[in-house]
Amino acid sequence: MAAILELRAVKAFYGQSEVLHGIDLAVEEGGMTVLLGANGAGKTTTLRAICGMVRSEGQILFAGRRLERCTTEQIAGFGVAHVPEGRGTFIGLTVEENLRIGAYAATGRPHDNMQLMYGYFPILAQRRRQQAGALSGGEQQMLAIARALMMSPRLLVLDEPSFGLAPRVVEAIFGIVERIRREQHVSVLLVEQNASLALAMADRAYLLETGYVVTSGSAKALADDPQIRRSYLGY
Amino acid sequence: MHQFLQQVFSGLAAGAVYASLALALVMIYRATDLVNFAQGEMAMFSTYIAWTLVNAGLPFWGAFLITLAVSFVGGMAVERIVIRPVENAPILTAVVVTIGLLLIFNSLAGWIYSYTLQEFPSPFPDRTLFGALMTTRDLGVIAVTLMMLVALFCFFRFTATGLAMRAAAQNPESARLCGIPVGWMLAVGWGFAAAIGAVAGIMVAPVLFLDPNMMSGVLLYAFTGALLGGITSPIGAVIGGLIVGVTENLVGTYLIASQLKLTVALILIIIVLVFRPNGLFGTAVVRRV
Repeated sequence: MAAILELRAVKAFYGQSEVLHGIDLAVEEGGMTVLLGANGAGKTTTLRAICGMVRSEGQILFAGRRLERCTTEQIAGFGVAHVPEGRGTFIGLTVEENLRIGAYAATGRPHDNMQLMYGYFPILAQRRRQQAGALSGGEQQMLAIARALMMSPRLLVLDEPSFGLAPRVVEAIFGIVERIRREQHVSVLLVEQNASLALAMADRAYLLETGYVVTSGSAKALADDPQIRRSYLGY
Repeated sequence: MHQFLQQVFSGLAAGAVYASLALALVMIYRATDLVNFAQGEMAMFSTYIAWTLVNAGLPFWGAFLITLAVSFVGGMAVERIVIRPVENAPILTAVVVTIGLLLIFNSLAGWIYSYTLQEFPSPFPDRTLFGALMTTRDLGVIAVTLMMLVALFCFFRFTATGLAMRAAAQNPESARLCGIPVGWMLAVGWGFAAAIGAVAGIMVAPVLFLDPNMMSGVLLYAFTGALLGGITSPIGAVIGGLIVGVTENLVGTYLIASQLKLTVALILIIIVLVFRPNGLFGTAVVRRV
């Protein structure tokens, strides 16, 4: 399969300091790639570099297009939907307005997409007129994913969707993401602390440490790697 | 009682003007966390444009609409050219830039149009209504302001651009990730604020007469209205502006000499800041540090 997203020797900077030191990474078309690593390893920075939110060097290729010089809003327009750390919810707006904002860059009909999202996340349909800030953490995460999918993206970028949520809620959300990936043919790039769950779902995995990729391969290979099992899976 | 109601109505007409300018201030504050001290002078400059057009022989409402369009584009240009470069600068830098703009617009108007008072035509006939309770002028000002508010409300509530502007003001980073060009949304916000200010200026000019310092008092009342309503709340700005207009008129009529009316605004500001810093409808901003 061809890669929809490819990073070649990507460096990223906060001000003068380099935090990614040349990363190579790929997401297969229709596949799911997971990025693992401890806090501060550069996972979120990698995602931010892809979406043009930090200064970067190297090549970032998305569906044959170079992204390094593009603005964040252009990159979204190309079909990269990024659910940021902290979910990026528009808390003062209603659930339905949040979804309409997600459709801003979409070319299709927002109404159809909205019905599709209400199908995947029925709870959002029930709460469509409520302020998004009044939703529970799990509901807000669902809203964030639904908002991102409203633009009918080709790549869904998720930054720690499990953060702060109960295990049962996390499993439900991951189940829906997996279903959406298969049914909507969306590729997924996932940053996740919950390594066992993520490795079970993904096909490729990368392990980041202090701005370097230290291990990469199929998700299964990483799940079987004794060192990763000890450090990240705890058994 | 009759006099009291008269004063309330004329207070509402003045308040409608304050409310408009207060709304312009709130719009920019919500989008950029910045109080635009030049808002009043921009409105004054717009009013001069309308005055020029009317003197050139255009019908009043034609001149009115052209002025709104010109002000909208001018407001966008100010954001793009002057505010954009200090977008990431400390807030005080941006504040000083708006004070600079205030001086520039004021001097520019003085240079082009001179500092002498000019008479500005009123589009409304000068008659009294309901047994001299209110004048057609007051009613006209209130009606124009109300129509503008309804139009703005519908724009922000029902259009994709209006929603995108609200999103951009609330969470710029997340809005960018949704493909919303946040920079342009801010510029459009400045355009709207300038056009709203133009309405305020044109509505108040027949009463105050036109001169480059016309809006300084109005801006102070508008600040008070915005602060009273809660600087983050558009509805609050409108209600606050109306309250300030009525209070100023009543206090000026019954309690103090009308030359001292401006003091009312300052006293209100102090009362709000001491007893209710978030205003009537504002939300407390909690910053995690």
